[in-house]
Amino acid sequence: MRVHGLHYSFAQRAIFGGVDLAIARGSVTAIMGPSGTGKTTLLRLITGQLQANRGVVEVEGQDVAGLSRAGIFRMRRRMGMLFQNGALLTDIDVYENVAFPLREHTRLPERLLRHVVLGKLQAVGLRGACRLMPAELSGGMARRVAIARAIVMDPQLLIYDEPFVGLDPISLGVVQRLIRRLNETLGLTSIVVSHEIRQLSAIADSCYLLSGGGVIAQGPPDALATDTREEVRQFMHGLPDGPVPFHYPAPDYVEQLRQLR
Amino acid sequence: MLSSLTREILQSLRFALEALGAYALFLVRLLKEVPRSLLRFGLVVEQVHNAGALSLVIIMLSGLFVGMVLGLQGFDLLERFGSEESLGSAAALGLLKELGPVVTALLFAGRAGTALASELGLMRATDQLAAMEMMAVDPVRRVVMPRFLGGVLSMPLLAAIFSLIGIYGAQLVGVQLMGVDTGQFWSQMRSTVELGDVMEGVIKSCVFGVACSLIAVYEGYHSVATAEGVGRATTRTVVISSVVVLLLDYLLTAAML
Repeated sequence: MRVHGLHYSFAQRAIFGGVDLAIARGSVTAIMGPSGTGKTTLLRLITGQLQANRGVVEVEGQDVAGLSRAGIFRMRRRMGMLFQNGALLTDIDVYENVAFPLREHTRLPERLLRHVVLGKLQAVGLRGACRLMPAELSGGMARRVAIARAIVMDPQLLIYDEPFVGLDPISLGVVQRLIRRLNETLGLTSIVVSHEIRQLSAIADSCYLLSGGGVIAQGPPDALATDTREEVRQFMHGLPDGPVPFHYPAPDYVEQLRQLR
Repeated sequence: MLSSLTREILQSLRFALEALGAYALFLVRLLKEVPRSLLRFGLVVEQVHNAGALSLVIIMLSGLFVGMVLGLQGFDLLERFGSEESLGSAAALGLLKELGPVVTALLFAGRAGTALASELGLMRATDQLAAMEMMAVDPVRRVVMPRFLGGVLSMPLLAAIFSLIGIYGAQLVGVQLMGVDTGQFWSQMRSTVELGDVMEGVIKSCVFGVACSLIAVYEGYHSVATAEGVGRATTRTVVISSVVVLLLDYLLTAAML
């Protein structure tokens, strides 16, 4: 997967001003950056949910912008995506959620479909929860069911949007291990968007750090951790103040207080 | 002053026309999907249950009370002209041609329409529709179409039930309470009500079914993905549906007289 010279604006605000990425087949690539830098927007551009103003997004050699709606749907059949909140269908149970893409795209006999679905649920450790409704699941369980659903069509590319948000330490460890293990056992290419540096450092082969509408650093997690540039150091070490200021731009404090009076 | 008022009126008119165009395009998109949706009729039947069967209680109760009021008011009015035996005809014609389709549509907008809009809006807000898109499943085909067709098919059935229960309510009050002769009540109705009157009600309820279902699924599907957005979509569904039903009712009545 390759992104070259990507420009994107929304509501007259420039989100990206020339992003370049190259994601190798079979790797786990982390896309990091402070909140509001457009990480989720980048995923939406990669998956064809949004159209770039300028630049190229190539998936398996195909320019996403040049694909018709049917072409984008064909491309997405080879992709899986995990949304921040899992985005499970709330009116059907766990089993039917995982079976959903199979029922929509294949005519597998019920017996075979059951084998596939239970196999995927077993892989994420939730075979026993197959008859629970999404409302009965914890955040971590919902995320794992969503992973099972994302891999049920055996995709080549798996995209995770903030998979660690709001998870307790145990669930966090489970999801982190699953991402790495699925990547290896299923031979996937994985893109993980997150700002959980410790988790990403443990599973990612390479990282991209986004800020100010572009990529400000890239390389293996260790290299980014020892990068001495101030903006990279602030993010990687969680420093409260730096190039990304603690204070949102505001008029002079005393002046503002006087005005209120 | 005048020019700013004119500008505002023109802008409102432009917004209204744009909205009308958007509704029309969405309807065309839905109509294109009809043959494919009929192949998965199970999904439509499920939605007929959700929009229709679950609205039955409110429709039947309302039908009964509207019929009873019609019986009382009709008797009071007809008695003044000494023709209370025409109560059956008056009630049946009023219900079949007018009150049945219109009140059913208004109740449908309030019960099933809001449920449809808020369900789709919540699916949008919780990324369920985006997740379907990412699974290469068209949400319009999979989610919106069955709900639209379910609403369209439910409306004439609900209107028919409303009218039947309403006639029973009118009979209950007129015959049992006010003493109108049973034979006169039913025979007058049979001799006055024609197939054309029934068809007028059926046509109206079909048109209202398309309008109310379209407004509900459009507003829900295009709602802003926030709690406020879902609330606004639900409110807009009721308000727009009610106004459109009354407007269409006038136009259809004028066309079929």
